[in-house]
Parts: sequence; structure tokens; C-alpha cells
Amino acid sequence: MTHNGEVAIRTEDVRRHYVMGASTIQAVDGVTLEVRAGEFVALLGSSGSGKSTLLNLIAGLDRPTAGAIRVQGRDLAQMDAEELARYRRHTVGMVFQSFNLIPTMTLEENVELPARFAEVDRAERKELVRASLERVGLSARSTHRPSELSGGEQQRAALARALVNRPSILLADEPTGNLDSKTGTEILNLIREFNVSLGMTVVMVTHERTLAEHYAGRMIFLSDGKLAGNGDPR
Amino acid sequence: MKTRDMLELAARNLRESKLRNSLTTLGIAVGVASLVAMLSLGVGLQELASNRLTRSGLFDQIAVYSRPEFRGFRGNDRRDGGNPGEKRDLRPLDEAARHEIEKLPNVVEVFAEIRFTSEVRFGEKSQFTFVGGLTPSSRSSEAFEKMQGSFFSGPDAEEVILQTQFAKTLADRPETLLGQEVTLRYAERQALSGASGGAGATAGAEEAGFSVVRRERKVRVVGIIETEPFSGMRGFGRGGIFIPINVAEKLGPVAMSSSVRELMRTSSDTKTYQTLMVRMSSPTHVEAAEQAIEKLGFSTFSILDAMRNLRRFFAVLDLFLGIFGSVALAVASLGIINTLVMSVLERRREIGIMKALGASDKDVRRLFFTEAGSMGMLGGLLGVALGWAIGKAINFGTNIYLARQEFPPETIWLVPWWLVGGAIGFAVLVSLAAGLYPASRAAKLDPVKALRYE
Repeated sequence: MTHNGEVAIRTEDVRRHYVMGASTIQAVDGVTLEVRAGEFVALLGSSGSGKSTLLNLIAGLDRPTAGAIRVQGRDLAQMDAEELARYRRHTVGMVFQSFNLIPTMTLEENVELPARFAEVDRAERKELVRASLERVGLSARSTHRPSELSGGEQQRAALARALVNRPSILLADEPTGNLDSKTGTEILNLIREFNVSLGMTVVMVTHERTLAEHYAGRMIFLSDGKLAGNGDPR
Repeated sequence: MKTRDMLELAARNLRESKLRNSLTTLGIAVGVASLVAMLSLGVGLQELASNRLTRSGLFDQIAVYSRPEFRGFRGNDRRDGGNPGEKRDLRPLDEAARHEIEKLPNVVEVFAEIRFTSEVRFGEKSQFTFVGGLTPSSRSSEAFEKMQGSFFSGPDAEEVILQTQFAKTLADRPETLLGQEVTLRYAERQALSGASGGAGATAGAEEAGFSVVRRERKVRVVGIIETEPFSGMRGFGRGGIFIPINVAEKLGPVAMSSSVRELMRTSSDTKTYQTLMVRMSSPTHVEAAEQAIEKLGFSTFSILDAMRNLRRFFAVLDLFLGIFGSVALAVASLGIINTLVMSVLERRREIGIMKALGASDKDVRRLFFTEAGSMGMLGGLLGVALGWAIGKAINFGTNIYLARQEFPPETIWLVPWWLVGGAIGFAVLVSLAAGLYPASRAAKLDPVKALRYE
């Protein structure tokens, strides 16, 4: 939507193969695509199509078997573990279907975690946490633990956590998969707001085409690890 | 991640599973406690033994003889070549030699071994016994620990201390002798200065004569002791009565062991000694002093070798006690490994989340290390306290037992500072080693798999 045309993410013939016993599973099999800065892209496909694997590759959680993933000009495939960790700290924020908040920590502490890893000063950290929680409307629940919150609130907390280090890219893996449709809509509205007002590049994996059509600026279809289509929903 | 954040996270993780972590920490504490208790017992016993032995006077004393005493053994082969050094061998143990020895480093005192027979009279009763001279420093002997009365009022006081058994032969209740006067009747040696005058210019010291005169001296009883002080090095007889060494020297008695040869020698104006006792400031200086004295031309004797063997015994004892203690700590470290491996399994997902949020492998490894180290530190501190308490209890129990046996209380258990620091350090080290495997396992965890793990 408000993308400025610069390429934020570029995958070049990316492959990710898993060897399982005698057979090789080609989860991602030669995907080349581009996401421009500020774009909201939905990755669609049935389960097992490789969309989550592709997202993990872009997130720097996984390494491609072959090919290159260039984010802001740097190839993730060439980075060492330490550089990848730094990339995950500063460049991308992630939300998951199952929220992945640490149950023993309060919301505040959960949101603070990426800032701790990024070695942000204590005072500044407090301010970042406060601002992030405020942005998702959870200021009042900051000292609660995840188990004391509803699913929607937990996903909002996860969004606040993904936001705290002010990354330029938001990666969302089925963010509404565990939520009812009303709450799911709330979450997607928040993500769209980040995309619009903060200018974050968003790549969202989903299998709900209607949601993707409504929120995403562009849809990329995957099937059996390969690109199956690429289209503007409007 | 910054160290402070690391510590905070580790602390909150440890607090999260309180029961498991406190049981693990307790395991380390018990291991450290047994290590501390065992080693302190070893150290305490060693300290006790060395103190006792040092105070027994066995190990810080050197007996010095003039060489000719031993000539009988090796004299023949020495004489073969008409050894010109013979003169030196015959060096007398006289005042000059005594001063020379006194000047050697770490020598506390040099005194003559004076012991002679005397008749002791008290009222109607009369007994023969050995009289021994005591130096002022012998006050530190353990023999005076349970003394009745007091030590000599001064180095030249005409006072005596009686040995209990002997005192009983003078009075049914020895303590009644305190403050009383007893009479010593002994033989004094007097040089006959003009006796050899007729021999002219060749008259040497050896040709001088002497006479033995009976003397009497009244002395006051000031103390009664159970055993003879520093009896270990005394060659013969048990002393029944002790006088200050200065007084003994003035009495000029005929020494017990005086050989004819010595009698001849000592009849001259120059005073010589049969044996000189040298007391060192510490047993560790004995060896060097012995060598130095032998260089001066005298023979020496000490019981240093026995001490060396004793130290070896304690080194072995410490080693064994340490091994037993370490076994307990090894068991405790298995507990740490188990706890942390369980924790890695349990926190797989959490580790995955942390990695997804930007934690590096190093961060994760350090976090687990910090947790292991903290448990070790805490367990170490707790263990030292526990070990200290165990030792205190052992000490307490031992002293109750000793008191029943009518012995004075002893410290058989000692925790030196090096042991406190060492035990805590060791606990931390063992814990870190135990954390090595779980930490690297956590660090290597694949975040994608870990996040999928439910």
C-alpha cells in the first residue's frame, strides 16, 4: 500500500530440502520473489505447501539448502549464527499462531525480552515496552501473565513484543489461526495499522483467502514448495 | 545480552521451578558440606597433632654433642692417614661454642642438659631422685597445663617444681608441699686450682684435679606437675624434681653421666658441656640448624624425621578425606546435570522463542551456565555453612567425651579460610562443568523444531 518501491526482501531460487530417512522432502523448491519496503504481502497455500518454511527462512530461523535470501541487500544464507541472531533482533519481528509468549513472565517482561537481547539501556527499554504495550492497548494488563489473558490479548501482546525493537519487517505466521473471527479481525486491523502508520513491511502466512484479500496488498500462492501464483487482490 | 540481564533472567528461571532447583542446590550443599567437614577434620587433627608435638619439645630441639663421643665407631679408619683434621674433631663443647650456636639464625635458646642425683629431704623423709634443670621457655610445655602451684618466679629463683609421683613419696597429699622448703643434698665438683702446680709448664688442663664435696641447699616448692616437661629427648631416668637451669648451673653438681674422660676435661677452668640442647623457633628450621652446627664441628641429633613422616601421614589422610568429600560433590554434580537437562527439555519451546526473538546461541549457553553457576554458588555457600555446623557439632560432641574422660577440651576441627574459598570455588567449578553439556545442548537447539514442540 504505502510501499516506496525499494526491495525489502528478495529470494533467489531458494530451496529448503529435508532428508527424512531415504526420501527428501522439498519443502521450498526454487522460490524467487520480491517484497518491496512497506508492502503487506500474504503468503497463501494449503498446509504443507511450504509457506511457513519460507517464512522461517525469511525470519532467519532456518537456513536455505540452496539459493539466496537478500534482506536490505544482505544475503541471510551467508550470515553466521551470530549475525543471524542480530538480524532477528533488529530487522524482523515475528508473531505466531500460538502466540509463543513465555508463560512464566508477565506481559511487560515478555515484551522486554527482545530489547534485553538487543542490549538496549534499561531506561530506554522501559519506555519502549510502555510505548509498545500502549500501541496494542494493553497498558493496563502489563503485569499480568499470559494465562490470565484472552487469546486476542495474548496475540496483541505478541505484536507488542514484535514491535519493541522497532524492526522494519513484521513476519506473521497464521496470526489469526487460534482466534475467533472477531478477534482475528482486530489483530489484522492492528497489523494493517503497523503497516500503514509505521511503514513496516508485512509478510503474513495464512490459509484464509478472504482475510488475505481484505488486508493484504498482494497475495503470493505456494503449492508443493513452488510459486503457484502472484496477484493483487484488488 | 548484558551480564546483569543474564543474571536477572537466570534468577527468575531458578525461582520458577523452586522445588527442583532448591533440591538440586541442596544436593550441592550436602556435597560441599561433606567435603568441608572431612577436610576440616583432617586439618584440625593435623593442627592438633603438630601443636601437641611442637609443644612436646620433640621436634624443635637439637641435641649437640662434641664429636669425640662418637669416635669409637669410626675412629679407626679416620686415624689411618693421620688425619690433620683430628684437632678439629676434638673441639670441646664450651662457652665459645655455645655462643656460636646461639648466634645461628632461628635459635631460641641453647641450654645445657643438667641432670644429677640428689637426696631430697622433707621433714623426716628422705628420697633420692634425679634433679633436672628447666629453662624459662619450658614454661610453654604441655606438662604445665595442669600444674598445681606456679612456675618459677624468676630464672634465678631458688625454687623447685616436683613431679607428682615423687612428691607422693615425701607427703601423702602432695599439694601440702606447696610453699614448703625441702633440702637438696648433692655432690658438688670443685676444681683444685693449685693441685697440679708441681707439674710445671707442661701442666695442661687435663692434668688438673678436682674434688667432690657434699653440699646442702634449701629450696622452696612452688609447683607440682604430672609429667616431666620435654621428656622426649632425655636419655635416662625420670626426673623427680626440677630447678631453674641457672640455679642448677651454679650448683655445679657432678653430672650423672660424667665419664672419666669428661671429668678429666671439665676439671679445667674452662667449662665444657657434655650435651647442649638447642631449641629452634619452629621445627622447620631444625634441618638447616643441624647442618650449621655440624659444620661447627659437633654432632647433632633430632627427631625431625619422625615429624616428616607424620606430615606425610596427614597429607595422605587429607587426600582420603578429600576424596570421600569429592564423591559426595560428584553425586551432587550429577544432580545439576540432571536438573539442567530436564530444564532444557522442559524449556525447549522457551529456548526456541528466545532464539526467534534474537537470542544468540551464546546468549542461551550463557544463560544455562549462569543458572548452573548460581546453583553452585548458592550450594557452595550453604554447604560451607552446613559443613561448619557439622564440624561444630563434632567438636562439641568430642569435647563432651573428652570432659567425661577428664581431658582438657581440644579443637579437632578447623575450617581455614582457604577451605571456605576453595569449597565455594570448587562447587561453582563443578556446577559449571555439570552445566557444560545441558548448556551446549540448549544452545544448539534448532529454533524451528523447538517452536513446533508442544
